[in-house]
Amino acid sequence: MKSTHIRQILSQAITLGMVVSSALIIWKGLICITGSESPVVVVLSGSMEPGFKRGDLLFLYMNKDPIRTGQIVVFNDGRDIPIVHRVIEVHERRDSKEADILTKGDANDDDDRMLYASNRQWLQQKHIMGRAVWFLPYVGWFTIIMTEKPVIKYILVGALGLLVITSKG
Amino acid sequence: MHSFGYRLNGLLTFSLTILAMMCAIASLSDNLNTPSPSAEIQIMNINWFQKQPQGNDEVSLTMNISADLQSLFTWNTKQLFIFVSAEYETPKNSLNQVSLWDAIIPAKEHAKFWIHTSNKYRFVDQGNNLRGKEFNLTLHWHVMPKTGKMFADKIVLTGYSFPEEYR
Repeated sequence: MKSTHIRQILSQAITLGMVVSSALIIWKGLICITGSESPVVVVLSGSMEPGFKRGDLLFLYMNKDPIRTGQIVVFNDGRDIPIVHRVIEVHERRDSKEADILTKGDANDDDDRMLYASNRQWLQQKHIMGRAVWFLPYVGWFTIIMTEKPVIKYILVGALGLLVITSKG
Repeated sequence: MHSFGYRLNGLLTFSLTILAMMCAIASLSDNLNTPSPSAEIQIMNINWFQKQPQGNDEVSLTMNISADLQSLFTWNTKQLFIFVSAEYETPKNSLNQVSLWDAIIPAKEHAKFWIHTSNKYRFVDQGNNLRGKEFNLTLHWHVMPKTGKMFADKIVLTGYSFPEEYR
């Protein structure tokens, strides 16, 4: 009786471990395939409306292609959260192929110079984390709710845990 | 095996999978579209052309932009983001791209238009290289779908040049 009980607990622990591992593998796999450290981004502000609204989900892709105007990029030059805006100016050096980049949100009147960290006038290629290539509306609200109302996160995790525990194998 | 929790889980997974497939198919249907856009840009006037105190050239110009981008719209198109950028090279930079004007076209009916406008964004060089320089004006469009893959293309118009002297 006792050994069956232990076996059951172990089996459930392994199942849970496999679920978590699979999720991690998929996430890391996405990072490899897309070449971007955050392959999926949720739109948090309204600065790209009406194209992207708060709660939309963006899929990013990054390769060595040069940054050009019009591309929608996600950049993080040392701030807390990455920003999704469009490139409006590019000045590419003849010798080094480094580029000075300026961005602006579609719905904003001004460019992003005010947003760049430490009086920076231009972004560099290294601040760009990815280009937005694919788009799903509304799906990101899930993440926003989980972040802004942690209560729901705990309820969900609790419910999932209950489901795993009460399932019969 | 048939508890409420299991049924709910199964239902949710199934509906999410179906939704994801529908989004993918909607996006794939965009590939069936063969667009035939056209555009023309005329520079009506160079309003002024000066060297700023920091040493960078700046120019203000008025353009006449006309285009027919109706063929780019599909049923899966939410909007078109279009912009005009000036492209030129300088001794220091192999490529400079400066956006001069942009607009959002929300529907097919608005995709055939002409507009008389000065540059919405300041046209400032990195340096003072613009006198007598030739440049291209490119009309770019970014198709933003209701769901799925975004794609972009452009029309390059050549043959423009700055005045030889400041004015």
